[in-house]
Amino acid sequence: MSVELLLSAFIFIFLCFAIPTVMLMMVVFGPRSGGKAKNEPYESGIKHVVGMADQKFSVKFYLLAILFLIFDIEAVFMYPWAVSLRELGVFGFLEMVVFILLLLTGLIYIIKKGVLNWR
Amino acid sequence: MSLTLLNAAVAVFIAICFVGLNAAYLVWCERKGAGFYQRRPGPMENGPWGLLQPPIDGVKLMTKQLLIPGGVDKAIFMVAPVLAMFPALISFVTIPFSKNIVAHPINVGVLMIFAFAALGGMSLLVAGWGSRNKYAMISSVRAVSQTVAYEIPMLITTITIVLVSGSLNLSEIAASQLGGFWKWNIWGFQEAVGYNILMPISFLIIFVCAVAETNRAPFDLGEAESELVAGFHTEYSSMGFGLFFMGEYANIVIGACLVTILFLGGWSSPVPLGFFPFTDHVGWFLLKIYMIIFVFIWIRWTFPRTTIYGLLNLSWKYLIPISLFNLLLTAALLKVF
Repeated sequence: MSVELLLSAFIFIFLCFAIPTVMLMMVVFGPRSGGKAKNEPYESGIKHVVGMADQKFSVKFYLLAILFLIFDIEAVFMYPWAVSLRELGVFGFLEMVVFILLLLTGLIYIIKKGVLNWR
Repeated sequence: MSLTLLNAAVAVFIAICFVGLNAAYLVWCERKGAGFYQRRPGPMENGPWGLLQPPIDGVKLMTKQLLIPGGVDKAIFMVAPVLAMFPALISFVTIPFSKNIVAHPINVGVLMIFAFAALGGMSLLVAGWGSRNKYAMISSVRAVSQTVAYEIPMLITTITIVLVSGSLNLSEIAASQLGGFWKWNIWGFQEAVGYNILMPISFLIIFVCAVAETNRAPFDLGEAESELVAGFHTEYSSMGFGLFFMGEYANIVIGACLVTILFLGGWSSPVPLGFFPFTDHVGWFLLKIYMIIFVFIWIRWTFPRTTIYGLLNLSWKYLIPISLFNLLLTAALLKVF
């Protein structure tokens, strides 16, 4: 078993012990009361909750999520390149210039299309 | 490096104690700091200077009712606080506090920390989605789009450090900056590169991203209490809330550690004097991270909150293009010199 896995497993086990212990303490020491108002989602004191929480929200956030996927994967591609840039030399550098310019063109297109214009 | 079961247990125990203590007393520092900046004493009642406030708060949180409101998605609702805590703890596995005080130096340590930071963003989403609360929902959408947006410039700018030090191992990155404050990456003088004027820019970008990634003011749109009550943890009571809080402060500590290791030389002492007993000591590392955390608190109580649009545009329109150019220019400098 690798060391990283061992340490992660230990943290996981510690949490698996610690959190149920804390939960048990809360059940033992904590008060137990219920009620209709207490069971409803918090709405700043409005008596009857109107509508569901999972409503529609701005489509811009989905666009941002897709943009994030593109740029995040791009950044992950850059890490192996960064470690081995000295061996790759000028060729590796020019390759990355092309790659980044392509992505920047994409970003400029996105900005010009108005994805980041909020009203 | 071989690791016995006992060593691993001790390492994890120390990490958990460190995180817990930090979370407790950083809250105290935050409240004292808030008091200081707003000309009031802050917590004073419990113990000298209110020093007993954190343990008492902890006891209070543990003896509250664990309320699970009706209509929430129970499994998701319970998983979210654990998910906020667990990635922050795992990141401590690879953070080097000094040459010898490190649980395990992982070869891709930088990547690992970013991977788990992304998992922390997941907990915000899950908490908001599971709560079935409108405030929590809006907050989680905001917080996730924010952490996601600031992760990119942070990832890209960290590559400049990887370029100049040629390693993804945090211990090696810190060790390459030993021997005086003029060798720290923030000044951008490395033997491999020569003088690199872009490094302060990298530092600024990473610092802004660290503040934004930890959801702190002026970028705390996810928890904007004047609009969204408490944000994604509105529905959480007692220790569920406590775990979110601990995770948040653990993330702040990790952000400060990352800035220290990448730019401020990790555990290296500012002046390399041979006879000085604390040359390159863990004390320097702790001093640096607490100074950075102090700056975080200072920023929080000094600047007003931005808007969500301004926040996202700052990342997408300015930080990402700047960090891409910064990366290309750093790579070019590496070739030129």
